[in-house]
Amino acid sequence: MAIQTLTRNIFDVKDLNLWYGDHHALKGVYFPIQKKEVTAMIGPSGCGKSTFLKTLNLMNKMIPNVKITGEVNFAGQNILHSKTDLVELRKHVGMVFQKGNPFPQSIYDNVAYGPRIHGIKKKKHLDELVIKALMDVALWNEVKDRLNAPALGLSGGQQQRLCIARALATKPDVLLMDEPTSALDPISTLKIEELIFELKEKYTIVIVTHNMQQAARVSDRTAFFLMGELIEFAETSKIFSTPKDSRTEDYITGRFG
Amino acid sequence: MNTRANFDQSLQELKTLQLKMAGEAETAVKNAMLSLLNRDVELANKVINGDHLIDDLEYEIHEKALMLIARQSPVAKDLRRLHVALKVSSEVERLGDIAVNIAKSTVQIGNEQHVKELIDIPQMMEVALEMLTDAITAFYSEDPALAKKCAQKDDQVDKMFGELVQELLTYIPKNPDFTNQIIQLAYVCRYIERIADHATNIAENIVYLETGKRYNLND
Ligand SMILES: Nc1ncnc2c1ncn2[C@@H]1O[C@H](COP(=O)(O)OP(=O)(O)OP(=O)(O)O)[C@@H](O)[C@H]1O
Ligand SMILES: [Mg+2]
Repeated sequence: MAIQTLTRNIFDVKDLNLWYGDHHALKGVYFPIQKKEVTAMIGPSGCGKSTFLKTLNLMNKMIPNVKITGEVNFAGQNILHSKTDLVELRKHVGMVFQKGNPFPQSIYDNVAYGPRIHGIKKKKHLDELVIKALMDVALWNEVKDRLNAPALGLSGGQQQRLCIARALATKPDVLLMDEPTSALDPISTLKIEELIFELKEKYTIVIVTHNMQQAARVSDRTAFFLMGELIEFAETSKIFSTPKDSRTEDYITGRFG
Repeated sequence: MNTRANFDQSLQELKTLQLKMAGEAETAVKNAMLSLLNRDVELANKVINGDHLIDDLEYEIHEKALMLIARQSPVAKDLRRLHVALKVSSEVERLGDIAVNIAKSTVQIGNEQHVKELIDIPQMMEVALEMLTDAITAFYSEDPALAKKCAQKDDQVDKMFGELVQELLTYIPKNPDFTNQIIQLAYVCRYIERIADHATNIAENIVYLETGKRYNLND
């Protein structure tokens, strides 16, 4: 893997290795992530996509028997150093999971959750953040009359957008998304994709997806992982037209035994 | 396990159809040339009446390729393959039309003696036919090197065309009774030159299919 110039990179991962016990799950990964771009990660089940994503906000640091080596530079700091403030890191690097997992609270409280953790108490300030986040995910019109209703009463697609709003409310720089639409119908999926397209004006987005067309539609760059290795990482248009590695071509054209 | 056996089979069927269409066009071109050289009006009419078969095949190939694009979400080489099927079948369809044009010239000339023994025209025909055969073989065997070799002969045909037309035109003042025939022969030279161009275009598409890169082999 060629390493690019660093100035535009918000993340710069170098020679990252991760073991779950004896299992070598990430093998010498070099991965620069550019600001305000959408980076997609594709690859067969178990290749290490989620593991890589969780390393970007150290979600997997607490798992027993995990060993991580190499560098994960975020905004110039190697976050693998023990002094990293995890709460602060996750304020900057938000995460959205496969299934919308709202807390069993009101719509409002779900979105206000992050800002409250970070010490924002004033109602007026919270209101502003909540409204802004709900507008950003194009959910405001659908929920403005029932902000105090339970979040679990929303549809699956609405719940997923609510979770994105919750992640946005802390004003992160980076949004990590792990298969954010795999449980959604096609229209809700396209809404999230449109949203991703708009969000990249302000945010850097890293998305894991099993839907190859989704990667092709939403991302600027695509990374192909195989058995813990980063096989190829290039502009999405290049990956889906003329990939360099025959394993990438086999995977994206569906010839993968 | 082949995870896309069904799609692969459809692609294979599409290729078979393309080869069938190319074979039909190659035969039409060859027969049209023979009809002209032998003043065989019957063979010429056969070419003219058979062209709709080639048109039908083009239609069938386009339908199939578009259906596969819609239903299989092809990317990378799969997508190039379908793009090339659309492009090449249009080139081949034009070859069928050119065969008809040559056959019509044969009909125009009828059984009038040739103004002189034809020597350069059959030579030019031979090079153009070779190019066409090479282009089709390169498509069959997916061989970009052969495709490039085919396209290299295009210059030769262009040169022959220029010289031949010049020469033909000098015959008109000396043989005014043959004016119509001479004009038809000049047209035929133009048609042969077009055959070489279409063969070159087919060759370019094969290079693109295999490499993902556009080569302009025409100049
Ligand atoms: N907490 C864990 N403990 C032990 N092994 C794990 C743990 N999490 C993941 N693994 C293993 O690490 C490898 C990579 O897992 P990961 O979840 O990153 O894959 P993935 O690419 O996200 O797959 P999928 O597409 O199925 O979500 C797998 O072999 C998995 O079994
Ligand atoms: Mg995963």
